[in-house]
Amino acid sequence: MRTLFADEMKRLNLRFGEMGINTSEQIYRASKSYAEHDKELAKKVIEGDSRINDEEISLENEALELMALQQPMAGDFRRIITALKASSDLERVGDYAASIARETIRVKGNERIPEVEEKISEITVVVRNMMENFLDAYARDDIELAKKTAKMDLEVDLMYYQTQKLILGAMQRQTSIAVAALSYLSVVRDLERIGDHIVNLAEWVVYRRDGKLVELNPGKIDRDIVEKVNDGEKLDSSEKKMLKEAEEAAQLNQ
Amino acid sequence: MATVIEAKDVRVYYGQKEALHGISMDIPEKQITALIGPSGCGKSTFLRTLNRMNDQIPNIKITGTIKFEGKEIYSPKMDVVNLRQNVGMVFQQPNPFAFSVYENVSFGLRLAGIKDKALIDDRVETALKQAAIWDVVKDRLNDNALGFSGGQQQRICIARVLATKPDVILMDEPTSALDPISSAQIEETMVELAKDYTIVTVTHNMQQASRISDKTALFVAGKIVEYDDTRKIFINPKEEMTANYINGVFG
Repeated sequence: MRTLFADEMKRLNLRFGEMGINTSEQIYRASKSYAEHDKELAKKVIEGDSRINDEEISLENEALELMALQQPMAGDFRRIITALKASSDLERVGDYAASIARETIRVKGNERIPEVEEKISEITVVVRNMMENFLDAYARDDIELAKKTAKMDLEVDLMYYQTQKLILGAMQRQTSIAVAALSYLSVVRDLERIGDHIVNLAEWVVYRRDGKLVELNPGKIDRDIVEKVNDGEKLDSSEKKMLKEAEEAAQLNQ
Repeated sequence: MATVIEAKDVRVYYGQKEALHGISMDIPEKQITALIGPSGCGKSTFLRTLNRMNDQIPNIKITGTIKFEGKEIYSPKMDVVNLRQNVGMVFQQPNPFAFSVYENVSFGLRLAGIKDKALIDDRVETALKQAAIWDVVKDRLNDNALGFSGGQQQRICIARVLATKPDVILMDEPTSALDPISSAQIEETMVELAKDYTIVTVTHNMQQASRISDKTALFVAGKIVEYDDTRKIFINPKEEMTANYINGVFG
């Protein structure tokens, strides 16, 4: 039986929120499994990923059906498009979480680098906060919070770069660490990618409310800042400002 | 899904001319079935056969079988007044009678010989509530129904049909004489009513069919081109002609 459009919209939003919470939970459990070498938990994360994939498919079906049958306009149109597009970013985030969980299972209990693992948990905290901020911004249509969320990605990029350096240094000192190092590199890369997708998600919050397609992650500038900071080069004033905003945004949740 | 109305090979002739060329379709219970198609395709003609609204047309001949809850509609034994109480109709132009709201809505009940005032009052109130117009008319039940807006008049007409507790409500372009806001409100009411009633609606407005109906039948030149779940018709129809029609290529 058909239900009213308003009810269907509500349900679509609810489903998206659920998918978001589940995805956030996946990031948390994946990195916990990695940090604690908990293979059982990692298996659960991998199983959980297929649920997120299913959620995406059913959400897409629902959104497509609403578009085809209800001819939504203006705000309703944007809400449906947003759910449709943002759900694929969530799904990708879920894939990266599963990839981290797979590393947990793959890595054998050989040599470890404690300072790298510490750094990874730091990145995880920022990424998870980004995700939670996004969900909050989405639920409340809060563009300011969405923008702050996107800015936090610079912090993630910086830490990603630093961690890579740490790993490389360790490999140069001690070749027997190579297996673990490869795993670390894969995990930090996954976390960094999650950050990028959350920036996309934040952009959809802006579109949903204002109908503007924005780029909240001027990737190239970020990359320059990241490299300059790590190579100890001087930042210009706008770069300094971005870095400061990113730091402030990252401290929001502390 | 139970079938309320079962039509088999229904042919309608106006004089020598065959207007419907063998329509067969099952109307499911408590769903909205939309009949769409270009002007003159026979969708209204078919709708009108479902409660014998065509009977008065001179030179009309109807063949095939139409069963309502298992009983042959065109059987000589069928009580037409009773049939129309069970299968009510709402028309394109709101057509309240030129007397009070109360008399309009209670008309069918009095026609059926019901005299119990309390029962009539109760049915009138329930019907007006179901038609989502009670709040507007509750203090104006004795006002002339023609004094209300088009959308409100249409709701009063829907209430008039509901008062006789029909199983099926036929609607012939129920919103095409109304403004977009009133149309949207009637659409909402239709979706609500479909929880308790079977609705068959004829519409020129394909978007309306896609928005509210569960099943859609496309009529072209007196035949059904395709009859399926609305989602299938509008998202992935089997027939190219359906795809062309809903895309506005013809019709």
